[in-house]
Amino acid sequence: MIQLERRPQPSRFWSFFTPVVAVIVTMIAGGLLFAALGKNPIEAIRTIFYDPLFGEFSFYYRPQLLVKGGPLILIAIGLSLGFRAGIWNIGAEGQYILGAICGAAVGLAFYPTESVFIFPLMIIAGLLGGMAWAMIPALLKVKFGTNEILVSLMLVYVAEQLLASMSLGLLRNPEGHGFPGSRNFQSYESGHNAELIAGTGLHWGLAAAFIAVILAYVLLNKHILGFNIRLTGEAPRAARFGGVNPTRLIVLCMGISGALAGMAGLFEVSGPSGQISIDFNVGYGFTAIIVAFLGRLHPIGILLAGLLMALTYIGGEIAQANLGLPAAAIQVFQGMLLFFLLALDLLSNFRIRFAAKGAV
Amino acid sequence: MDLSAISPTLLIASLMVAATPLLLAAIGELVVEKAGVLNLGVEGMMIVGAVCGFAVSVETGSPYLGILAAMAGGAILSMLFAFLTQFALANQVASGLALTLFGLGLSALMGQSYVGIKPPAMGTVDIPVLSDLPVVGPILFGHDIVLYMGLGLTAAVWATLKFTRAGLILRAVGENHEAAHALGYHVVRVRILAILFGGACAGLGGAYISLIRVPQWTEGMTAGIGWIALALVVFASWKPWRVLLGAYLFGGINVLQLNLQAAGIAIPVEYLAMSPYLITILVLVILSADKSAAPASLGRPFHASH
Repeated sequence: MIQLERRPQPSRFWSFFTPVVAVIVTMIAGGLLFAALGKNPIEAIRTIFYDPLFGEFSFYYRPQLLVKGGPLILIAIGLSLGFRAGIWNIGAEGQYILGAICGAAVGLAFYPTESVFIFPLMIIAGLLGGMAWAMIPALLKVKFGTNEILVSLMLVYVAEQLLASMSLGLLRNPEGHGFPGSRNFQSYESGHNAELIAGTGLHWGLAAAFIAVILAYVLLNKHILGFNIRLTGEAPRAARFGGVNPTRLIVLCMGISGALAGMAGLFEVSGPSGQISIDFNVGYGFTAIIVAFLGRLHPIGILLAGLLMALTYIGGEIAQANLGLPAAAIQVFQGMLLFFLLALDLLSNFRIRFAAKGAV
Repeated sequence: MDLSAISPTLLIASLMVAATPLLLAAIGELVVEKAGVLNLGVEGMMIVGAVCGFAVSVETGSPYLGILAAMAGGAILSMLFAFLTQFALANQVASGLALTLFGLGLSALMGQSYVGIKPPAMGTVDIPVLSDLPVVGPILFGHDIVLYMGLGLTAAVWATLKFTRAGLILRAVGENHEAAHALGYHVVRVRILAILFGGACAGLGGAYISLIRVPQWTEGMTAGIGWIALALVVFASWKPWRVLLGAYLFGGINVLQLNLQAAGIAIPVEYLAMSPYLITILVLVILSADKSAAPASLGRPFHASH
């Protein structure tokens, strides 16, 4: 008879190792899935996890790792603060879109003026756009007790419609021969989020992600706000007795996560993606939820988890091109990862005992 | 713009069709939440139901088998959630999200070869005389069987929760799982059954979209209806008949905005398409002040130490 015994404190060993075990189990289950799809599982796993890093064309894929990892890390860092305090912002995708729209709008308003101030202004606009979008669920929760999960998610669908409207209307390239989509920032120097060092994939978005990781680490470990966030998540009652103001915490956590998601959107639209278009968003806001959990809501963990998820994106693309693996298979793969992680979390919170029946 | 092209009779008839997937998913989720479990994976279970139902209908040529497959698909997916939350005691919010993310991917994978195919049509229930009545006939008596199943299910859930012993146990588990456990009820077992029921309902709702309402398979075709269903349960204060009312209200809004799009009203299509989501938010704001109707143990994990 298997029995579960709650640990007084989560096991440090297991909370560190469950993500690693989850990745390994996902690889095995993913291999079975790929085999079921008629692909050689070992080859598929190698294509996804090994080839982008060390394969023949890795000089091309390694920079991509940073390009894809940047927004994931940036968004996940923001989400992790709220998740720790039990504030569930799951509409990062919408905040990401709004950040891109607002930032791009500011940049395009200055076109074709060239100035060093334009890009910083765009960053601020992106940040504010994402933050404003996240403030809607935050303020509704604070004022009316509305469920922030549902509101932030509904706003993703609203943002997607807004994006379509913008790329067909207000922000459409006037010289684009009527095609949907805005001007391309890659041909507008002042508004272009170019590579900082050619050939590395390193752009301002990634720099921002690294800064966010460091700041989040300091915040959680050295600052009273970080302590309050952790306290609220682990012992809400104690936090209230301790004088933590829940309203302030909700607004702050949602605001920070919205701002970071908005910035990620701006860096993407002005850099790798280049323009506002109907299919601009590719689900980073949702994948970032997996990244946040896989990284144990810890800044360093999120950094590693973000890079790993970026790897599955890139490896998935290679597998799609070389092995004909369907794009959706990677999505399933990423979803499985979160499942196994949540299931294996049992090990860090409970002790498993094999007791004879009736021995209790 | 030509508003006279919108026929009220057709509008109400199509409103009932638009509301049915929402009603089915929300009634299922209501039972789950009444048992004290918050399953945010409705969207994922719906889309998996949609693709299972579609695939089986196309392969077998029978929409009825498709519907059964959709219910099975939704229930199987919900089993993952049941395992995570009831045995592995994982966080319910995170597990629900995982279910949705996984379901969206899985459905895209399963549905690849079904894009652009027409499913076998499900006949409407023709009741002699009644279906031929003017106005009332096409509104009330010209629909498919699943739509009536949705109405029947609402009544059945209401009656079960209110009048039967099983309903009482379910509510007890949702209100105070410790007390229910002390009385000797199997909290985990009740909850797993509720979760499976919710999964089957969501799957059925999804199949209604892919087989009857649209009828076609496209990736991500549930487009947030699962999430609106979750909001609907809150809107309805966990009462079955109010779920029905809410579903028809949302169905009405959706049909109206689609009709306005078709009629070429001066509002851009994108803004009309936003409206169901915005109205959901608005309704949530208005109704969320009163949380007293929520089951007291909602979202709290239960672990019997003995």
